[in-house]
Amino acid sequence: MENNVIVVTSGKGGVGKTTTTANIGTGLAKLGRKVCLIDTDIGLRNLDVVMGLENRIIYHLVDVIEGNCRMKQALIRDKRHPGLYLMPAAQTRDKSAISPGQMVKVIEQIKDQFDYVILDCPAGIEQGFQNAIAGAKRAIVVTTPEVSAIRDADRIIGLLEANGFSQMDLIINRLRPEMVRRGDMMSSDDVADILGIPLLGIIPDDESVVVATNQGDPLAGGSSPAGIAFSNVVGRIEGQEIPFLNFEKSISFFSRVTGIFHKA
Amino acid sequence: MWFFFRRKSSCQVAKDRLKILLITDRVNCSPEMVELIKKDITKVISKYVKIDAENMAVQITAKKGTPRGGRSPVLYANVPILGLQKHERRFP
Repeated sequence: MENNVIVVTSGKGGVGKTTTTANIGTGLAKLGRKVCLIDTDIGLRNLDVVMGLENRIIYHLVDVIEGNCRMKQALIRDKRHPGLYLMPAAQTRDKSAISPGQMVKVIEQIKDQFDYVILDCPAGIEQGFQNAIAGAKRAIVVTTPEVSAIRDADRIIGLLEANGFSQMDLIINRLRPEMVRRGDMMSSDDVADILGIPLLGIIPDDESVVVATNQGDPLAGGSSPAGIAFSNVVGRIEGQEIPFLNFEKSISFFSRVTGIFHKA
Repeated sequence: MWFFFRRKSSCQVAKDRLKILLITDRVNCSPEMVELIKKDITKVISKYVKIDAENMAVQITAKKGTPRGGRSPVLYANVPILGLQKHERRFP
């Protein structure tokens, strides 16, 4: 399959790369796809914790690259979802432990065994980022509707373009519809217009994401607003046409009238 | 009506700031440099025609039509001409 290697990146830290990776992986596995998630954040691994698989790590990505174990030994199978695997990052090493060339080799080895390989990219644009994007030609850029995150996302998109990425899609995370309605937060359309890449998903700010992370069980496919939004993202990755959830525009006449007075 | 009274929403402020920020980020060109370019353009064109320097606009933007302007931004200058210079001028 072409373009089945996807890197999830953002530039800025803390906007939800790891949460997005975990949920997209879980969602695809729930649809019966065979998915490998790779945590490339060496030294600051977190995908294992968000996935609830932190107690099952024996070998990691750097072990595979250094030849301390076979690929299969490092892949953790998620027992809750058949077909979902995680390759954790090393925690006691740093980004210079691997090179982009080695990363490409690892991905070449496994990409034919999976329907999707999804890479969780570290924050920043230094070596960790270079390692993470080396083996991919398709990216999901995660941002929040804030000036700082959008600026970093724009820089990342420029770098991805320069690295020959053929497909880049945007996920806007932590959108707060009531703030958008008040005119105190940029809408998803505003952000998508500014960044100029196709919109893949809008994830509302949702407390259940925190609960899911506490429990180590990604909520994709659940009934919470963020769970539904992530399921829609997964559907779109699979090529389905799914309309975007309409958080922002459901303004009743009453709130429109009261809104006038709020703004005045 | 309320339009006249309300403050600029913080969303609009953010959008306006981002627009300027991203243009300069994308071409790696500071607003000061744009000012210098503008001054030089004024100087050169004023040699030949009388222009309205107050209302001229120089900006670096993404090329129209392509999303994100491809990889090449364009310099856009809008120079209102007030009239051709009255005095005869020998062009080189």
